Amino acid sequence: MWELIQANKRKSIILIISMGILLVLLGYVIGSAYSPDGGGVAGVFIALMLWGILYIISYTSGSKILLAVSGAKEVTKDIHPQLYNIVEEMKIASGHPFMPKIYIIDSAAPNAFATGIKPNNTAIAVTAGLLGRLNRDELQGVIAHEMSHIVNRDVLFMTVSGIMLGAIVLISEVFIYSLWFGGGGRYSKSSKDSGQGQIIFIVIAIAFAILAPIAARLLYFAISRKREYLADASAVRFTRYPEGLASALEKISRSTEELKKANKVTAPMYIANPLKKKGRKLNDLTSTHPPISERIRILRGIAKSADFNAYQTAFNKVTGKETDIIPPAELKDSTPINIRGAMGIPAVGLTQKQTQRNVGDLIMKLNDYSFINCNCGVKIKIPPDYKKKIVFCPRCGREHKL
Amino acid sequence: MGTLIVLIVIVAFLALFSISIYNSLVKLRNRVKNAWSQIDVQLKRRHDLIPNLIETVKGYMTHERDTLENITKARSQAVTAEGVGEKAKAEGELTRALGKFNLVVENYPDLKANQNFLSLQEELTSTENKISFSRQNYNDQVLFYNNKIQMFPSNILAGMFKFNEEEFFEIEDEKEKEVPKVSFS
Repeated sequence: MWELIQANKRKSIILIISMGILLVLLGYVIGSAYSPDGGGVAGVFIALMLWGILYIISYTSGSKILLAVSGAKEVTKDIHPQLYNIVEEMKIASGHPFMPKIYIIDSAAPNAFATGIKPNNTAIAVTAGLLGRLNRDELQGVIAHEMSHIVNRDVLFMTVSGIMLGAIVLISEVFIYSLWFGGGGRYSKSSKDSGQGQIIFIVIAIAFAILAPIAARLLYFAISRKREYLADASAVRFTRYPEGLASALEKISRSTEELKKANKVTAPMYIANPLKKKGRKLNDLTSTHPPISERIRILRGIAKSADFNAYQTAFNKVTGKETDIIPPAELKDSTPINIRGAMGIPAVGLTQKQTQRNVGDLIMKLNDYSFINCNCGVKIKIPPDYKKKIVFCPRCGREHKL
Repeated sequence: MGTLIVLIVIVAFLALFSISIYNSLVKLRNRVKNAWSQIDVQLKRRHDLIPNLIETVKGYMTHERDTLENITKARSQAVTAEGVGEKAKAEGELTRALGKFNLVVENYPDLKANQNFLSLQEELTSTENKISFSRQNYNDQVLFYNNKIQMFPSNILAGMFKFNEEEFFEIEDEKEKEVPKVSFS
């Protein structure tokens, strides 16, 4: 495990440095295009400043913003004991020293994400729709996947590189717009003293402003997809039960609801792409998530063992590629781990109506409704603004004290 | 003069090297201890849950006195067990007793509708999972630590400062045990 985190760190640093070089070059070239003498340095300075500001914002309050944007609500053990227990189980299985905070998102679409840059201040958020649909084993698979994002420090990496990508895109766009709209006057004036040299810089800058965002995106998305596979592999290792995550992903992919509170920026954080678009085949290069069907096939292709070797073998077999999902040093140390059986609780196929009822109950609970189980079998739901001290069961008329 | 400097450098190097080995041994031993305390917390939790469970199901399961008594007996043995090996054995017994209980529960639909029982069952299931996950972590740490103690050159320091090998926490797999033996004689 330590090996894996180390390898991740090294790779992240290389990637972040190359994105940083891209950012500095972009700043220099664009700055020079505005004014060849001294403009380059100013450009670099502005680019780094922009990155720094974005970074400080996301480092100090990134999680808070993400959780607020997605409408997540923090829950305690009383509201959903099972969810709390499973997170604790995965915390133990992953050897992570701190318990993440747990949030539930008030949405019927099944999905989940992890956030938090500092290991001691992380959070896992799941939607009510996910909790309503999955059984214990499946939920454990999803939480394990999120937990491995936390343990592998993926959140930190995604934030730092995501912000660099954002800065590169922003600077390029501002430059191109300024050329389009306000550039003319300045060039005619300065062209008197610098002439040809500046025209060359402008051409280079335009090329850079077009290519840099594309390069940064490809870099970012390629690694982000790889990390999804890695999180799947770690989830299998933590739970020792690949079928749990596989069937959870199957249920998630079968749902048609779109998570309305997700957007392009937050999408890479989720376990499955929350923005469902029809007919997006050619998007493979710029997709943040590997195709879900492929992830399921890999998980189901794992034969006997729950270790990294088994996942890598299944990955090679299903995709026909030889990409290293798991760093070779970690593979060398990986010893077979027995896959466990399904948990005692049988996997009940919930009907659509039951699913809807589960989701509905949970959303009510989130919104401070309280529940009373009447002896006649009716579950009475009491809204938070109910003032009276007693309530009568609508079926049998029995009196309940509040 | 020259040889003296070389000698000092060599001694300093050896000293630094031993210090780093010693420190890493301490670090690994602490990890083992920490992993053990995590198992211990969960074992205690399980011991605390069982009396509640028995109390809740007693009224429903009048015909299963044996199963319930087995659990109580296994629990009291597990509570008093000392040392990693003995504890592992007693806990394995308790796990088996609870496994049998879970099979019988299927025959009592009333019990399965009882909210109190359901939440207890969730707690027990989760505690068992936590035990098995922390056991895995503990055994990993013990393996690292024991390897370090046995391997050269750290074995020299381990011997000098009395770093002793730790015991693995192995619970016999109940499934393996339940497989009926077939004889072809």
